[in-house]
Amino acid sequence: MSSCNNSACLNEARRVAIFGGTHGNEMSGVTLVNLWVKNSAEIQRKGVETKPFITNPKAVEKCTRYVDTDLNRAFTPENLSAPGGDNLPYEVQRAQEINRIFGPKESPDAYDVIFDLHNTTSNMGCTLILESSNDHFNLQMMHYIKKAIAPASCLVLLNEHPLLKYSTSRSVAKHPVGLEVGPQPQGVLRSNIFEAMRVILKHALDFIELFNEGMEFPPCTVEAFRVLERIDYPRDANGNIIAMVHPNLQDCDWEPLNPGDPMFQTFDGKTIHYHGSGTVYPTFINEAAYYEKQQAFVTTRREALVASAIRKV
Amino acid sequence: MGNKVVCLPRLPRVAVCGGTHGNELSGVYLVRELLKAEKKVMEKEEEEPLSVLMVLSNPRAMQQCRRYVDTDLNRCFTHAKLNGPIPDDAPYEIIRSRELNATLGPKGNPEAVDLVCDLHNTTANMGLCFIAYSDCDWICMHIFRHLQRQMPDVPMRYIHFDVSNKESYSLDSVGKHGFAMEIGPQPHGVVRSNIYTAMKVGVQHMLDWVRIFNSGTIFEGGCVDVFTMIKHIDYPRDSETRNITAAIHPQVQDRDFCLLHPEDPLFQTFSGETLRYKGNEPLYPFFINECAYYEKGIALSLARKRRVMIPAIRVQTEQQQQANKQEFASEEEE
Repeated sequence: MSSCNNSACLNEARRVAIFGGTHGNEMSGVTLVNLWVKNSAEIQRKGVETKPFITNPKAVEKCTRYVDTDLNRAFTPENLSAPGGDNLPYEVQRAQEINRIFGPKESPDAYDVIFDLHNTTSNMGCTLILESSNDHFNLQMMHYIKKAIAPASCLVLLNEHPLLKYSTSRSVAKHPVGLEVGPQPQGVLRSNIFEAMRVILKHALDFIELFNEGMEFPPCTVEAFRVLERIDYPRDANGNIIAMVHPNLQDCDWEPLNPGDPMFQTFDGKTIHYHGSGTVYPTFINEAAYYEKQQAFVTTRREALVASAIRKV
Repeated sequence: MGNKVVCLPRLPRVAVCGGTHGNELSGVYLVRELLKAEKKVMEKEEEEPLSVLMVLSNPRAMQQCRRYVDTDLNRCFTHAKLNGPIPDDAPYEIIRSRELNATLGPKGNPEAVDLVCDLHNTTANMGLCFIAYSDCDWICMHIFRHLQRQMPDVPMRYIHFDVSNKESYSLDSVGKHGFAMEIGPQPHGVVRSNIYTAMKVGVQHMLDWVRIFNSGTIFEGGCVDVFTMIKHIDYPRDSETRNITAAIHPQVQDRDFCLLHPEDPLFQTFSGETLRYKGNEPLYPFFINECAYYEKGIALSLARKRRVMIPAIRVQTEQQQQANKQEFASEEEE
């Protein structure tokens, strides 16, 4: 990233992709991408090639999260270089194919921006997921989106945690953007959730067009929630879940959880309290897909991220 | 109805079934907990007057947290599917339905359990619903009324599918009496504590009612609002791909049991157009946007509501039960 006159000068974002169906049962993204594959007028912007793409067609066809393994965890260096072709798990093959088309990951040929569309059963509202606090382009985009949809809210989740960060489909791009909208059950299409996702993408593409036309974006601060740790359900010796998210915590994504607050409720009605050292902001509370990943919710802390001014080279 | 009290046979055996759909988790976890608690109760010395069978109906689907493995178990209980030869590679659920029929039935036979309560969840905003094949099964309707009174904060409805016993297809049709207890909204694969608690309390009140009934108490008559299913409406679909081309309209989403009038908005296409309800009578929608029904071609179901009078009931005396048995036997001889 070169610096000229206190702005970070970045290349134009010429190649943009919109991924749907990374999880085949998260219906907003599947529906939007199918729509745009048929008729892409809505996502066209001057000077940008925007490619809508279904990343996991077999999972979409079966309306399941994945066939062999979670595609959104599959983009590890090992997987991307693994030999074996047809013998590899389906999603590893898909990851290699996606890396060929939209990458290679970490090379200059990679796509500039990838939006990866997801739904969650958690009450997270509209959430933008950031993978690096140093991605000033993404920070400026997220700032633009938040301003554009105000007073409606769109929060930013930063997952830069060395252990909890994972190798996403979008990580193939130079600027990966996760878009998570909930609550929506898996396999269900809710029209309000669908429209919310659509509006966010509209503003995101507007930002890219403006940037490419030469608009300079002044320095700004973006409030974000930084992932701290994953909290699992209480389990018995056999690994079976023995308690549920407490009714006081259920649906309270992004609200403060203080030490001593109720956290879980056992099946026979006892309360288990949060005993962390300070106040945290939980999210991904009771996401269906995370039962098997040993996650009842993640804790975050609030942080103000600073974005430098940016303009195109 | 008048002042007549209808006398009905005792209910010595009740089955509570969970996991008929492996990803409807309230029932899965509740039956698991009840099985654990049962082990403790067995150690006590007092005799349980009521025999309660706890059943996890579809263990393989539960293990994979899916609705079913090969085919929907809760459509396998018609007389035709339960009888007749099956191939060696029959779908898992067909084999399982015969096992369940042997344990809880056989359907239509005097050996069948007296009452089946089959636990389900739905992604639709339906609150707690009883789903039954009859609008004159006084046992089920009295249990419903009992739950309504004991749980006044839980929205509760009684849904009736007008299907003959021969054609009835769900697990609850195996018992002499039966109903599905359907609670939503809950995403599949998720346990929401408020939904779990409502189901747990509902099952407890049901079992309490059966014990009270068996002990001879008279339950006074009254009325129950019954929603009788009239028809289903599918999503508009693309003629080639069969993919849906519209979503449930925001004014209908989550408004289960709010009357839908002709010309009310029903769907919203992806290009923003409103499609309206074209029926000629106002009906009550339910199972609005149930995930599992996309593949069955159902966006929502529609019902008529009517008030049904239920008589006072009580358990038959020993004498009455003997007299009935003899009558039954002599009818068979004829």
